Amino acid sequence: MKETWKELPIGAIIKEPGSSKRFETGDWRTERPVLDPEKCIHCMFCWIYCPDSSIKVENGKMEGFLYEYCKGCGICADVCPTKAITMVREEV
Amino acid sequence: MKVVAKTANEAMAEAMRQINPDVVAAYPITPATEIVQIFSSFVHDGLVDTEFIAVESEHSAMSACIGAAAAGARVMTSTSSQGLALMDEVLYIAAALRLPIVICEINRALSAPINIHCDHSDTMNVRDSGWIQIYAEDSQEAYDSVIQAMKIAEEAFLPAMVTADGFILSHAMQRIDMLEDEEVQAFIGEHKSPYNLLDIYNPITIGPLDLQDYFFEHKRQEADAMMKAPEVIKKVADEFGQKFGRKYGLVEEYRLDDAEYAIVVIGSTAGTAKDTVDMMRDKGHKVGLLRIRVFRPFPAEEIVKALKNVRVVGVMDRADGVNAYGGPVFMEVRAALYEEEKKPDVYSFVYGLGGRDVKPVDIERVFQMIMDADKGKKIDRLNYIGVRE
Ligand code: SF4
Ligand code: SF4
Repeated sequence: MKETWKELPIGAIIKEPGSSKRFETGDWRTERPVLDPEKCIHCMFCWIYCPDSSIKVENGKMEGFLYEYCKGCGICADVCPTKAITMVREEV
Repeated sequence: MKVVAKTANEAMAEAMRQINPDVVAAYPITPATEIVQIFSSFVHDGLVDTEFIAVESEHSAMSACIGAAAAGARVMTSTSSQGLALMDEVLYIAAALRLPIVICEINRALSAPINIHCDHSDTMNVRDSGWIQIYAEDSQEAYDSVIQAMKIAEEAFLPAMVTADGFILSHAMQRIDMLEDEEVQAFIGEHKSPYNLLDIYNPITIGPLDLQDYFFEHKRQEADAMMKAPEVIKKVADEFGQKFGRKYGLVEEYRLDDAEYAIVVIGSTAGTAKDTVDMMRDKGHKVGLLRIRVFRPFPAEEIVKALKNVRVVGVMDRADGVNAYGGPVFMEVRAALYEEEKKPDVYSFVYGLGGRDVKPVDIERVFQMIMDADKGKKIDRLNYIGVRE
């Protein structure tokens, strides 16, 4: 539960240093990229193009998405040479 | 207490000297009056401990004031007309960050055409910026109000501007009862900040992005501070009155008790209008006057109490809303009276733009028009007084 106006510190200041780390910038996404691992050839095009560093890579392999930060722009799906990424509507 | 002859410019600069702010940032270009120039000579002469920052625009002046106030300093500045308009964007920031900055403002007309004389278009332009606004009737009140404003701002954690009419007060010499420096210091007390940017043990972030999920809460908090400001203003004025003998309220009623016709004014016109009320009372007319001293927060309750039994009210605005309906003070006074079952009829009279003189005969005409309206004569809702027709 977020604070009411009576609970917030005066003047819209933030009292906790580094709290922006907890801010998940992916919450305004309307579409979510979904990977079909069968089609992926691990070329890393999506990793290069993603403007939000939201492609998860482990041991040189494309392993999915960081949905906390992915804004759903669809660039990864667009550049993928094997059409391994599909954009799916986020349900409310 | 010592009696001196001073202009409002000098009196407000003296109030600044006695407050001895930590920082004054200013850009005293025309149409600013000499307040900052006088104050800078106090800095030069070592009469204050102030860090004087000469910046390159009024926008920067208020920005520097905000930075200094956020860092825990007691901060003041001064401006007029276009200068205040150029500060506009940053005024909102000072208020929302809840920084207790005080501006000594001289009311001068906004361009175009270019004009440096009195009207209230400059401060009316920023009436919704979240600043407390106190309009002085004379230089004594301007001086007293600057001292009170510093204390009010630091208790309400809202910035405050004290205004005095250009030339009529700013450049005219008047008898002023000045307090002793120590009395001013004792009255305003220790500086209070809402927070301190330089407190390394309690680091804070000021002015971050604030989107849909928090912005509204922060604005609601600011609105609450303005709702509580009347109590702070009255408390500080009472304390001032008890200590120094000069009493001030949110509004001032003049011969309103049994009045059937009333005018509402702000600023120096109240002086001329009080004389006119006396003259008309001598002729047997039941007339009175309400002066709004504090326009922000808007003293709706006091206004309604003062005017609800009057038959017709003429609200005199020294600024035109250019809205084809009525002046800004008129709009709000009329709206405040709406709730009352028995309410006076209210008309708008725009006057004195660009320093056009307002004479007793002009004010008499306003009274005459509202008295005629009461007798059934049709008059316009919005009237212009003192313009060549
Ligand atoms: S949709 Fe956009 S932000 Fe999300 S992973 Fe693909 S490229 Fe990155
Ligand atoms: S662009 Fe397509 S194929 Fe290449 S790594 Fe990304 S998902 Fe796999």
